[in-house]
Amino acid sequence: MPLPVRDVAGILTDNLRLRGSVLPVSPRRATAWARDLELPRGGETVLYTGLMYQLVPYIERLVDLELRLGDSRLARLSRLARRANTVVNGAGLVAHPSATERAEYDRIPANVARLLQRAGVEFGYLYEDDLYSGALAYDLGADEVVAAHARRVAALLRRHGVREAITIDPHTTTMLRTVYPKLVDDFDVRVRSYLEVLAERGLPVEAPLSGEVVVHDSCVYARYEGVVEEPRVLLAAAGLTLLEPDHARDRTWCCGGPAESVYPAKAAAVAAERVAQLRAAGPDCVTMCPLCLINLRKAADDTLAVRDISDYLLEATGSSPS
Amino acid sequence: MTAVVSRQLADELSRLGEFDAEACMNCGVCTAICPLGIDLLPRRLFRHVLLGLDERVRDEEEAVLSCLLCRACETSCPGGVHITENVRLLRRHLLEEAS
Repeated sequence: MPLPVRDVAGILTDNLRLRGSVLPVSPRRATAWARDLELPRGGETVLYTGLMYQLVPYIERLVDLELRLGDSRLARLSRLARRANTVVNGAGLVAHPSATERAEYDRIPANVARLLQRAGVEFGYLYEDDLYSGALAYDLGADEVVAAHARRVAALLRRHGVREAITIDPHTTTMLRTVYPKLVDDFDVRVRSYLEVLAERGLPVEAPLSGEVVVHDSCVYARYEGVVEEPRVLLAAAGLTLLEPDHARDRTWCCGGPAESVYPAKAAAVAAERVAQLRAAGPDCVTMCPLCLINLRKAADDTLAVRDISDYLLEATGSSPS
Repeated sequence: MTAVVSRQLADELSRLGEFDAEACMNCGVCTAICPLGIDLLPRRLFRHVLLGLDERVRDEEEAVLSCLLCRACETSCPGGVHITENVRLLRRHLLEEAS
């Protein structure tokens, strides 16, 4: 029996419409990473995480559940699950990552905030108004629901007087920078990835690193947003020697992540192929997207070390990663 | 099988967004480069749309929905077809009732 893609897509879209995220997580949990950083609330320039990194452990729990149930049992349950989910936050009830799993991905927005502070960038944070961008629902073609959500995000940014949003992942970057202007009239917030901001400012290197890393480009950064040189400039400034795998820069090879929520087995096969390409270039790989990070890590086992770029950059500034 | 050629499906997709499958030259670069190894996407699929063969499109739902939208095909497309946006619009067509 085929996977009940319609119901899975429907649940994700219902969640965005009803709860503001494809996978609802409480604002307390989603902003836990900022608790000890004392970031000012709001401001003309804000760090906008879009919750992608924070959602990764929750998505993983749901995918684990899909795989455990198997296609046929899931198909029988999915129709009922979708109906129930409109009343009760079903995804929130079944997705319970451990504190350790949450902390591993909450570290990344904290890394980015500390990097921006070290580079002298003045910025605030929107806390509970830092909302998911709608990326997955947009990929599924739920344009009306995403447009309504985008208008809500735009209104929040306007209310806070935000003129520039600094993003931390490629999917949120392309949604806010390229998609929102098509969906929201007069959306004029300047949107830049923190990699672009840091590359322009210069990385304040106080503890240069050594060694080699294999660069895995994000499809969305490289082919949607043209962010190719910035990570290389920053990693080189950090002292690292860059290795390019087969399929690099705008010819990069997908990690499989975008297929994971509805076709996890296909996603795993693509990730395994990419891991082989990366491993052939070297044993240490750097990523710049939460989906790449989790998918390549799962496929790599202990054959390839996969780290987020923010870990390397923060270390080079003389700080320990969060 | 008798195929009744119709513009209706292509017109409907064009109303949803910038659907430009007509620019596809059917060269096959996209299928050669696909990380998922999808041999259907997008050239045959686009032909089905342009011929109005909605049932054929619906038969290929898994290929449409599992596409990674990674743009590897689009970067190499000699016709400059907006392949990923076309696929996204096809998802919208297929999942209309789901959203």
